[in-house]
Amino acid sequence: MPPLARRNLFHDKVRLVVTLTGIVFSVVLIVVQLGLFFGFTAATSNLIDHSGADLWITAKNVPYVEQGVAFSERKLNQARALAGVADAQKMITHWTQWKRHDGGEESVQIVGINVDDNLERPWNLVEGRVEDLKAPDAIILDELYKAKLGVTRVGEIFEIGGHRARVVGFTRGIRSFTTSPYVFTSFKNAQNYTGLREDQTLFILVRAAPGSDLESVRRGLLAHLRDVEVFTTPEFSHMTTFYWMFTTGAGVAVLIAAVLGLVVGFVVVAQTIYATTMDHLREYGTLKAMGAPASYVYKVIMKQAAISAVIGYVLGMIVSAFVVHASQAGGAAILMPPPMAVGMFFVTLIMCVGAALVSINKVMRIDPALVFRG
Amino acid sequence: MQSAIAVRGLTKTYAEGSAGTQALRGVDLDAHAGELLMLMGPSGSGKTTLLSIMGCILTATSGSVRVAGIEVTSLGEKDLPGIRLEHIGFVFQGFNLFPTLTAGENVELMLDLKGVSAPAAKKRAQELLEQVGLTSKYGSFPADLSGGQKQRVAIARALAGDPQIILADEPTAALDSHTGRNVMETLSELAHKRGRAVVIVTHDSRVLDFADRIVKIEDGRIAEAQELELAPAVPLVHNFRQAAANLRQYIER
Repeated sequence: MPPLARRNLFHDKVRLVVTLTGIVFSVVLIVVQLGLFFGFTAATSNLIDHSGADLWITAKNVPYVEQGVAFSERKLNQARALAGVADAQKMITHWTQWKRHDGGEESVQIVGINVDDNLERPWNLVEGRVEDLKAPDAIILDELYKAKLGVTRVGEIFEIGGHRARVVGFTRGIRSFTTSPYVFTSFKNAQNYTGLREDQTLFILVRAAPGSDLESVRRGLLAHLRDVEVFTTPEFSHMTTFYWMFTTGAGVAVLIAAVLGLVVGFVVVAQTIYATTMDHLREYGTLKAMGAPASYVYKVIMKQAAISAVIGYVLGMIVSAFVVHASQAGGAAILMPPPMAVGMFFVTLIMCVGAALVSINKVMRIDPALVFRG
Repeated sequence: MQSAIAVRGLTKTYAEGSAGTQALRGVDLDAHAGELLMLMGPSGSGKTTLLSIMGCILTATSGSVRVAGIEVTSLGEKDLPGIRLEHIGFVFQGFNLFPTLTAGENVELMLDLKGVSAPAAKKRAQELLEQVGLTSKYGSFPADLSGGQKQRVAIARALAGDPQIILADEPTAALDSHTGRNVMETLSELAHKRGRAVVIVTHDSRVLDFADRIVKIEDGRIAEAQELELAPAVPLVHNFRQAAANLRQYIER
């Protein structure tokens, strides 16, 4: 086939630029919004997904991880005694107040762990060691929140919930969805910072013995521990994510913005492809007069849409990659997992081809006498 | 003589207003192979409508149209493109070339529609452009061609499908006298030397001497059919007519 589609597309450079701008804008908008959605989703369940636990024991009616309710830590020993439980540890995560050197206060989320154990340890450490948390008043926080909390270096002393806290290390990329930074510390410190009684905990994390049936272990825990609920890690992760992303409406807003990106892109692309088609309407009429079947005309218009989609996708992904990279240094990470990058290609293609259908409808209704007008 | 197109009792009513507009009111007409037929008439007389129906672009309200022996009035939208592709070549007043394709590619497009492979289409396009005297213009875009050259590319494109019938709508209207006659010579040659049925709608009285038959249409009816006395299929007659046309052109200059 002579390169009619390509030539028509590249013939009007200004219109091509407008078309590609529309597609790129749409691709970037969708990537950013979906990336934010994935970033937020990851942030909401960060602690749970990185806990290393198989099961979470909570008080009754705890809807998400930030809403833990205290219960007796005696249940820890009861859990450890059960068959199929390889390890069980207390864990606290709770909001409290951080006092900056300038007197200002910030909300932080304390994460209290057993430093001698492997459950819920801070990850991605860039300075210090997890074992440093064994020191009295030691805390580790993420470097993303240095400015927010007024921290400049390891060794600085602050006040959390009226108690002394000393920075012993920094992590990288552990974001909190609620914007209250996570502060990792020992379980004992966490009880002090959050005002939790000594004989209480908010969660018990359980690691099942290798080869044991997780569902059996869960049933055993529920049978022997009163007034608690037991969730698998994926279940609790999903509950927490669902709460923040959908119950609060935060995720819905982001998804709506992503859909808007798609709609805006569709409209811009449809409008420009339609305008291009109108410019070449006489030629399509001539093609039909020459005896071209409808499928041949479809092919020309679809090819234009597909070429636009491919170029727009490539440019859009280049811009998106810069945006995604830049976001890593900010409080809200934009994630672009490979399946999303691949999926975006098909979204772009469908958007452009769908937009072209509007034009095809017009071409199919061309007045045949058009070709005989001088 | 064999009819390439035979039209009987043709009517066409456009659905405009409560009564509609009757563009054709019972037209009977034959276009023969090897004949150059001209349709003339005032604007709005129905000649372009007639050409459109003969070219299977418009459908008639009633009557019969046979193209290369095939009754086309009963065919649907899906079948008509095939009839046009197989049997009819169009030449338009505005040339209707694809401005983003070169002259050669414009011709190749027709061959592509007919399913000819790209290398064969390229070779054939070069031959066709050579036939219309545009060998060197294969790679030129329409914007770089004169009006006459564009029309000759359009003729080459129409011929690419090897049609038995050429339908031309005002092919010389956008051309000067000299170029118009050159184009008419090409079309005349198609009828008289290559045995095509050539039907031309024209207002251009300067080219009437190329016609074998002139049909005048008024108010959707055939008002007058003027059969020229000399049989056009006879090469000697054609050559004589050509010589007369050349002489007149020489005197005009």
